[in-house]
Amino acid sequence: MSTVQMQREGTQAGRVGPSYTWVWLTLGVLLAISTVRTLTGAHEIDSSGSLQAAIIATCPILMAAIGGLWSERSGVVNIGLEGQMILGTWGAGYFTYYYGPWQGILGAALLGAVGGLIHAIATVTFGVDHIVSGVAINIIGLGAAKFLAEAYFADLSSDRGTGGVKQLVGLERPPSFTVPGVSEWTTDIASRHWFVVSDLAAVVAALTTRMSWVTLLVFALVALTAWLLWRTSFGLRLRSCGENPQAAESLGVNVYRYKYIAVLVSGAFAGIGGGYLALVASSGFVTGQTNGRGFIGLAAMIFGNWRPGGILAGASMFGYTDSLPLRSTATIHALLLVIAIGLFAFAVFKLLRGDRGTAVVVAVFGGLFLLWFLVTKEVPRDFTSMTPYIATLLVLAFASQRLRMPAADGQIYRKGSAG
Amino acid sequence: MTATAPAPTTDEAVLVRGITKRFPGVIANQDVNITIRSGTVHALIGENGAGKSTLMKILYGVQKPDEGTLTVNGKQVSFSSPMDAIAAGIGMVFQHFMLADNLTVLENVVLGAEKLHGIGDAARKEIQTISEAYGFELDPDELVEDLGVGERQRVEILKVLYRGAKIIILDEPTAVLVPQEVEALFGNLRELKRSGHTILFISHKLDEVLDIADDITVMRRGRTVGEARPEGTTKHQLAEMMVGTELPSPQTEESTVTEQVLLEVRGLSLVNERGRALLSDIDLRIHRGEVLGIAGVEGNGQAELVETIIGMRRATSGTIELDGSEISAWDTRRRREAGVGYIPEDRHRHGLLLDAPLWENRMLGHQTLEPSVKGMWINKSGAHQDTERIVQEYDVRTPGVDTFARALSGGNQQKFIVGREMSSAPLLLIASHPTRGVDVGAQAAIWEHIKDARRKGLAVLLISADLDELIGLSDRIEVILRGRLVAEFDPQRVTPQDLGTAMTGGGKEEAS
Amino acid sequence: MSIVSRVFAALLAPLVAVVAALVITSLVVMLVGGSPVEFWGIIFSRPADRVFVNIVNQSSMIFLSALAAAIGFRMNLFNIGVEGQYTVASYAAAVFAGAALLPGKLNILVSLLIAMAVGALWAGIAGVLKVTRGVSEVISTIMLNAIGTTLAGYLLLNYGQQYGSGRRTTPLERSSEFTGWFPFTNADGAVWTLVILAVLAGVGFNVLLNRTRFGFDLRATGMSETAAVASGVDVKKMVVIAMMLSGAVAGLIWMPALFNGAHYYGPTFQAGLGFTGIAVALLGRNRPLGIMFGALLFAFLNEQSNRLTLETDISPNVVQITQGVIVLAVVIAYEVVRRWRATAEQKAVTRKLEEARPTGGEAVSA
Repeated sequence: MSTVQMQREGTQAGRVGPSYTWVWLTLGVLLAISTVRTLTGAHEIDSSGSLQAAIIATCPILMAAIGGLWSERSGVVNIGLEGQMILGTWGAGYFTYYYGPWQGILGAALLGAVGGLIHAIATVTFGVDHIVSGVAINIIGLGAAKFLAEAYFADLSSDRGTGGVKQLVGLERPPSFTVPGVSEWTTDIASRHWFVVSDLAAVVAALTTRMSWVTLLVFALVALTAWLLWRTSFGLRLRSCGENPQAAESLGVNVYRYKYIAVLVSGAFAGIGGGYLALVASSGFVTGQTNGRGFIGLAAMIFGNWRPGGILAGASMFGYTDSLPLRSTATIHALLLVIAIGLFAFAVFKLLRGDRGTAVVVAVFGGLFLLWFLVTKEVPRDFTSMTPYIATLLVLAFASQRLRMPAADGQIYRKGSAG
Repeated sequence: MTATAPAPTTDEAVLVRGITKRFPGVIANQDVNITIRSGTVHALIGENGAGKSTLMKILYGVQKPDEGTLTVNGKQVSFSSPMDAIAAGIGMVFQHFMLADNLTVLENVVLGAEKLHGIGDAARKEIQTISEAYGFELDPDELVEDLGVGERQRVEILKVLYRGAKIIILDEPTAVLVPQEVEALFGNLRELKRSGHTILFISHKLDEVLDIADDITVMRRGRTVGEARPEGTTKHQLAEMMVGTELPSPQTEESTVTEQVLLEVRGLSLVNERGRALLSDIDLRIHRGEVLGIAGVEGNGQAELVETIIGMRRATSGTIELDGSEISAWDTRRRREAGVGYIPEDRHRHGLLLDAPLWENRMLGHQTLEPSVKGMWINKSGAHQDTERIVQEYDVRTPGVDTFARALSGGNQQKFIVGREMSSAPLLLIASHPTRGVDVGAQAAIWEHIKDARRKGLAVLLISADLDELIGLSDRIEVILRGRLVAEFDPQRVTPQDLGTAMTGGGKEEAS
Repeated sequence: MSIVSRVFAALLAPLVAVVAALVITSLVVMLVGGSPVEFWGIIFSRPADRVFVNIVNQSSMIFLSALAAAIGFRMNLFNIGVEGQYTVASYAAAVFAGAALLPGKLNILVSLLIAMAVGALWAGIAGVLKVTRGVSEVISTIMLNAIGTTLAGYLLLNYGQQYGSGRRTTPLERSSEFTGWFPFTNADGAVWTLVILAVLAGVGFNVLLNRTRFGFDLRATGMSETAAVASGVDVKKMVVIAMMLSGAVAGLIWMPALFNGAHYYGPTFQAGLGFTGIAVALLGRNRPLGIMFGALLFAFLNEQSNRLTLETDISPNVVQITQGVIVLAVVIAYEVVRRWRATAEQKAVTRKLEEARPTGGEAVSA
């Protein structure tokens, strides 16, 4: 029994926290990027500025994705994330103007939770199809934010912010911090462009320079989510509603209550994502600010296989590509080489695993990216904004067998159907 | 197991008195009375639809009775949710397992009972203790999806024991088990009984009931109609109590078997994605005017055999010939057009569009055939008229042909399906558990229709778990075991005991 | 159930939904200090002739969009990707039509076919991914929306002609334009010629679904995939075909505008119709007649709300809230009515049978 148990505990840990696979993967990515950077001279690829921009772009997507995780783990598909996020941007604007930035974040969560509440009433209480309700919430969220902006922001003008029919800008930002000493030291090392060392320094510099407290909050919420959902009985109950609500009910779990909680939290998190977008990533509320990030969040959640660790990876990747249009075209061009190297590495991995078919296909794609890198000088910016979507489609198409969504996700559950 | 469970204070663990439960249009339970003695295995038997499931749900707090009282360990109780039942020391093992595949054994067990030992190592230890005490051999950290059926059932029992239940309800626990697993389960149950647990065992398999039970209560049409002790009771007596005095039993008539082979299956094998063989080297032939019965414990490849012949699954190897044409490359539609009628095992999933009117259901499976269609167009009046005909000829009790299929009772749904499948002059009729879950009247009618099909010169493939039905209707019986045809019997001479032995892979030496 | 109660049951849900939307919208209007009476007075005033023409034109596009979504919905396929499909298709058709490779009206006809083909192919990607790789069409079409709009934007930016501050495709030649039909004065504008596409598509949809074998197979798959498989429907094939049909109709959405008012794909391209269509399809219960009413209602609200800007302080965006609430309320109401009807019908059957056979009914299966 004990040997079995030890093996199991290994896999248990792998299901939640980081394991050696992640360490090796991170190291590999670091090496690849560093090599490409040195070869091409595209130092912007992981300069601390780039990484900071990437982190700022990652957070809204990450919050939406984690919000999606809450909802879907309880068995409710939430494609209303976009609408809830939009509501969050408005809430952030309103509450920051009148009460201050931290209240703004709270307001964003509140407005997002309202969107979540509507979704919960429709899907849980009335058993409406989850997709249908989500579509309606996206319509309502978009309309409500526009309408409310025009009603409440149009005439605002003071030192706390400047309003307009479609915006409320110049708001006070949530505080940020710089770790003295560490920040300067690492920024200096990063600017020397040493192999690997500078790359690591850039990461540290990005995390210690003008770092918003809200960013820390976001990562704390991700960690909190992982702990709550996988390490507490509350989480077990919530997840059981997404896996087999009949079983959960037969054991006395109040399925409706957990679904309500999950969908409310989901909306609140998406709302915080919207709030981050308005207050940290930009200087205020603008209509249309989310620009589909709720959907990217959904994509990141699927990409991350409904797991916090995977979602973090997915959101980071999508956030990085989201921040790319700000970079020089040469940087984006250099990334082609990174992708090619990554694909070749994956092909070798597959080959070692004995899956020759996949290895060949992946290697061919790697070759194509290499060719693309070699024969062109730059990559159209539009292509980078497609990256999250195409990546998700590819993951779904080629790794869908490995994806494991909650078994009862999206199914309509009615109380009393146990037994 | 735990100190929290109350020690039995009386001889009766559960007293059910005058329980009545009504649903819209149906009385599911009427004046039900049962006395369950502490420390015994009490069997509750009855046909499908006799009201056993409703009674159990009442006992487990899923549903509330309209009238009557429940007394547990001498105290009158009123459950408003399963939690109340659990608190009173009652546990339930559902027929359809209530397990989350993507969670571990531990997670499944502790769910809802986290307060007892947490969700960590203390819980793991407790699970291991129980598992060892009763020989369950379960690893707490294994994912449930990796477990077999027998193991899953043990997880369910473990769940119940973990909560300290002293009274355990098992809903048709053997329906999904192979014989070895049934033996193992009975071993576990006897062990539980020895340690002071009371077990309510629901079943309609009489052999098993006589084997394991100390007391037997029989239900029919929502009422408790009799009680018995296994000593001195025969299967036949129990069966008569279950179905009432009518006890219809199908009688074969004069043979209509001809020389002409209509269905010939050779070397048919089916391997699933995981590489497990579901069907291995099946050879069978059915002649014009012949009923071939397939006997077997459920889950031994019957469903797969049917689905491969109808074309819903593709055989890995082997050939299927229908009236001389090789059809294994054909899709389902072409096979149906060529004259294959199909009465599916699960009529709700495979036989009907529940939210469509009957006349549209008439077209289902016959979308390309007259009179429902003309070329690419739907012939609404043709379908209407022919549905009227089926309703008349097959005695389908319905207000009209525009009624939604969902609104009909199981028996009438099934009669409608039989009528439909007989409509397009089929060559082969596949009848999979044709009388499962239907009332006795419809059962007799359906038997009559199958005999009629035989008289009309169809080849009939009959799959059934009801051995009397198989023996009564078939001209020949093949036994399927783990995806292979292992024995062939002449129903004129075979006894249910012989069939039972062959179905479980036992030799001929077993005493009857 | 009697005819009266059937009609009642069918109309109950939309009525409840509209009432709910009226109430909630009024509350929202009051929230911002407006007067609901004044608000609804403006919304429900007689449309000006010009507005009337716009309503007809707009509703034709919304109708096509909703119909496209409905084809998938009837098969339980959630084609969320109408938006991307008609964007890509509109761009392709505009480029082809602008190139004027063919003369006059023939150019229009072939352009329409190209729009349908491109829409079908774009939707087909999701269909193929679903049947070959098991990818949920909800997710893939959301992704394809983003990819499609970005792609069209990229192509326009790089291959379009400069026009003001933006870009556009080559405008149509005069011979490939329609003049439309002027019900009022010329200044009030024309009802677009290709509004007829909506009528044709609606009739075609009805015939296809309710009168043909193919339609039966499609509906059967939507009602119960397992039963459809057992009845011999090749569900994989049906998924791809239904998805492509849906995309083909989606391709037509913007065509009435292209050949009458817009003349090129550029800044005037009307985005967002795909999502409106989904809402209207749900509102109309995926039936052409219902969709028609829904499309007219939505177009009516959109056009009438423009007057709010001139006459009140209330933002016209409020009707978006109204529309969203209508959709949500209608699906909730349908669900409630459906549960109520299922119980009622089962009771009716039991009662009828008990009358016919007084010796006790048999168990109704669950």
